[in-house]
Amino acid sequence: MLRLLAFLLLAATASWAFAKEAAPAAADPALEQRVMTLSAELRCLVCQNQTIADSNAPLAEDLRNQVREKMRQGISDSQIIDFMVARYGDFVLYRPPLKLTTVLLWFGPLLLLAAGFVVLLRRVLRRRPAPDLEMTAAEKKRARTLLAGNEAEPR
Amino acid sequence: MNRFVLPLAIFAALIALLGVGLTLNPREVPSPLIGKPAPHFELPQLHEGTKTFTEKDMLGKVWVLNVWASWCVSCREEHPVLLDLAASGVVPLYGLNYKDKREDGLAWLKGMGDPYRLSIYDFDGKVGIDYGVYGVPETYVIDKLGVIRYKRIGPLTREIVKEKVLPLVQELGRA
Repeated sequence: MLRLLAFLLLAATASWAFAKEAAPAAADPALEQRVMTLSAELRCLVCQNQTIADSNAPLAEDLRNQVREKMRQGISDSQIIDFMVARYGDFVLYRPPLKLTTVLLWFGPLLLLAAGFVVLLRRVLRRRPAPDLEMTAAEKKRARTLLAGNEAEPR
Repeated sequence: MNRFVLPLAIFAALIALLGVGLTLNPREVPSPLIGKPAPHFELPQLHEGTKTFTEKDMLGKVWVLNVWASWCVSCREEHPVLLDLAASGVVPLYGLNYKDKREDGLAWLKGMGDPYRLSIYDFDGKVGIDYGVYGVPETYVIDKLGVIRYKRIGPLTREIVKEKVLPLVQELGRA
């Protein structure tokens, strides 16, 4: 009787342990680390300026689970990235690939900087020397009288 | 006066560029699935959980797949448009009940009317991921060869149905 009871108890906890395993628990810290590193490269499409590692949106959670599941199956990071791009497009990548359509995105800022330099250079080169600011003797004399508070300016 | 012309022109161009940017919807990300075969699925039906449905059942027909959920607010807005589309009988409309509770999905269809020939039941959203779903409702037009020809993210409107979906369905039907 006792044996049967023990068996039942064990069986019950065993199935409970099984059920626990299905939950996306951080049982394997190394795997979890890999999941988070890769998730930080992927954009959550619901909240577009967050990665799926940062976002708590249900879709981000699902996608993290997909990443985890695929890693457990031994699928490589780049294959997982390809999987995501096939479904959501390049937009899912936080670091967009260098393509004809993204050339402006990658080099636009550099182009603007170069244009700024050109404008600056042209302005500097074209600058004329400042006019002579030395006062003549007559101007100096006039200034002195004005500074002395003599209203009646000699003409 | 001449030296203001160039900066002014650049400024005007920038305004034009940003102005166009404002009219675009950042949610409308071009789908890489257009022109590709519809991803394979075989899912239980919503009404009859023991029966399954797969995209292969629709080979040889032009059809519309609409992703919906009872928790989705915009689906409520879209629903009358779908009812009209279904009533017109122009194209078979199938539903994909996305990440929903079965009883909630059924209650929604009962209360609001069921525009779908049938709905399939994607509880964990895996088929949704294969179809690149991220903003329910989403709608796909699939041709006779099982290739996705059009995708709409967000609710269908009467204008979109009239100007995009129906002409495309007619064109594909002739092919």
